[in-house]
Amino acid sequence: MKLFIEHLMQLLGRAPSRPSKEEISDAAKKIHFYKKKEKLDMEEARRLHEQHKSNKWRNRRWATLLAVNLLFVVSYWLDIQMLEGALTASRFLGFHMADLNSSLQVMLAFKQVLINLLIGVVTVLILWILLGGRTFCSWVCPYHLVAEWADMIHMKLVEKKIIKEHDFHRGVRTVFWVIFALLAVVTGYTVFETISPTGILSRALIYGPGLALVWVGAVLVFEILYSRRAWCRYVCPIGLTYGVVGLVSPLRVVYDLKECRHEGECRKVCEVPHVLEPVIKGRATDVTVPIGADCTRCGLCIDACPTSSLRYEFKGLNKFL
Amino acid sequence: MSESDTTKSTPAGKPAGTPKKGRTNPRKEKERRRFLRSVGLTAGVVGFSLAGLLPAMQRWQPRLRPPGALSAEQEFLASCIKCGQCVQVCPVYAIKLADLLDGAGNGAPYIDARMQACDFSCDGLQCVLACPTGALSHDTDFPHQVRIGYAELDRPDLCLARKGQGFQGKVRGPEFDGLFRYNEIDRWNPIPVRDRDFDLELCDLCVRHCPIEIRIAQCDAGNPPSGDVNQCPPKHALTIEEVEDASGKMVMSPVVQEGCVGCGACEMVCPTEPASIIVDMTKSADTV
Repeated sequence: MKLFIEHLMQLLGRAPSRPSKEEISDAAKKIHFYKKKEKLDMEEARRLHEQHKSNKWRNRRWATLLAVNLLFVVSYWLDIQMLEGALTASRFLGFHMADLNSSLQVMLAFKQVLINLLIGVVTVLILWILLGGRTFCSWVCPYHLVAEWADMIHMKLVEKKIIKEHDFHRGVRTVFWVIFALLAVVTGYTVFETISPTGILSRALIYGPGLALVWVGAVLVFEILYSRRAWCRYVCPIGLTYGVVGLVSPLRVVYDLKECRHEGECRKVCEVPHVLEPVIKGRATDVTVPIGADCTRCGLCIDACPTSSLRYEFKGLNKFL
Repeated sequence: MSESDTTKSTPAGKPAGTPKKGRTNPRKEKERRRFLRSVGLTAGVVGFSLAGLLPAMQRWQPRLRPPGALSAEQEFLASCIKCGQCVQVCPVYAIKLADLLDGAGNGAPYIDARMQACDFSCDGLQCVLACPTGALSHDTDFPHQVRIGYAELDRPDLCLARKGQGFQGKVRGPEFDGLFRYNEIDRWNPIPVRDRDFDLELCDLCVRHCPIEIRIAQCDAGNPPSGDVNQCPPKHALTIEEVEDASGKMVMSPVVQEGCVGCGACEMVCPTEPASIIVDMTKSADTV
């Protein structure tokens, strides 16, 4: 329960709290104690990372993301009717699917619970509870992919000291969530849908490009030049909605303290590094620690880790994996 | 997002230009800057989202909505989830999605009847069935129940029929891409209207293409669409009648009747430029 609340508060924007001594299990304490004496040999760590270099999960994820979005496109263009509609709402082999955040916005703006939509909402809710909530972000959302590419440019520019990194308070995403919910109620328009890069990109792919793409481009430029992954980290209410779903999801990344050398490479590649706070030396509360709900299950940390201290887990099914 | 750490001197009094090294910026100052940045981000994004709303709220360019659309524009825009499933099922590609500045709501569907009208060639109102939210109301079962708008003889001075003229050749010329399903040519597939040549002594293209009139004729002949008498429209929509024109002369003219659903087929096929007959989106059969 405590962990659940901690994950929820992190999702809403609170900084991860440092565990007190009493919160750390004896087994973990023991490992922490022995590790204290160990010094990280940077040469050794670098060599390990060189050897380990893997893009396994990233490649799988990109393939999935492209496949889902292309399935939308070919379903329409080749008229094969597998996945009709766009990411906001669709039919997969005839089954209704409705994006949770878009549906919420529509119901708040329309001020009615739309029964037709509810079927799609429940289907999608079950799907993402099983698959990890924000898994939607990194495995499906088309904006995530272009933002990843923008991120690569951004990091190059930071490395060359051409630009400086700027962060925002993560709580601002919660503020956005509330503001857009209120705006939907007050104005009666689905205000967020107008500017959502997820919806805009999904529709542009399927129905052809439009002027709205200029806005998406502007957001990307902002991310490249000013603040890393700003839209996903600090703005997008879709991410928060799916994050809440992820709170109760059995599919998550878990951290194993034993072999970890705490060199912190995983935190560098992570889009939401606050969820990886337990990998910092002395922070893990147990030998294995589940990573929080804000985690997009993208697997970049898993790819980066040379000691396999991070892995996917489907709670209750570990024996079979 | 105006602040940039490099342009101002730090609170510690260090000169601008050497901001990176050796700066003992207190944590609080950093927090303060981050807070201000976050406020700026909020204002910027919310401001843009509201600006993006303006074209739709102010109705920069009002558009015809697909069949079954909730009659109040505001309700339609609120309930539409902008997924385009209505676009995908339309056999004549009549439905388009609006862009950011179109003023019809980003991602919301509309019909440009002059370019491609709804001719109900799907028979079953596929767009209504496809709509996941009911923005296209599922209370609409048959074409004659649709209320897209109401046709109006906007330019009687141009109308060929009123001038006593006939029509020869291809409707809207050989370049026009508009589609129409002609039952007598192909029951199942709409074809480009340019594929058909007409030779009419008196132009009555609008009446010939009126989907409601076509249905009434089928029903009168004992062949209701899909064999379902419920498909039979109870009222006429468009007829050619002798009327008195402005100068008191008797002329033949298209006359819009109370069964008009505003589908815009008449507007699409009207051979004059601009179209003599157009759909008025502010009216419907229920309001006239």
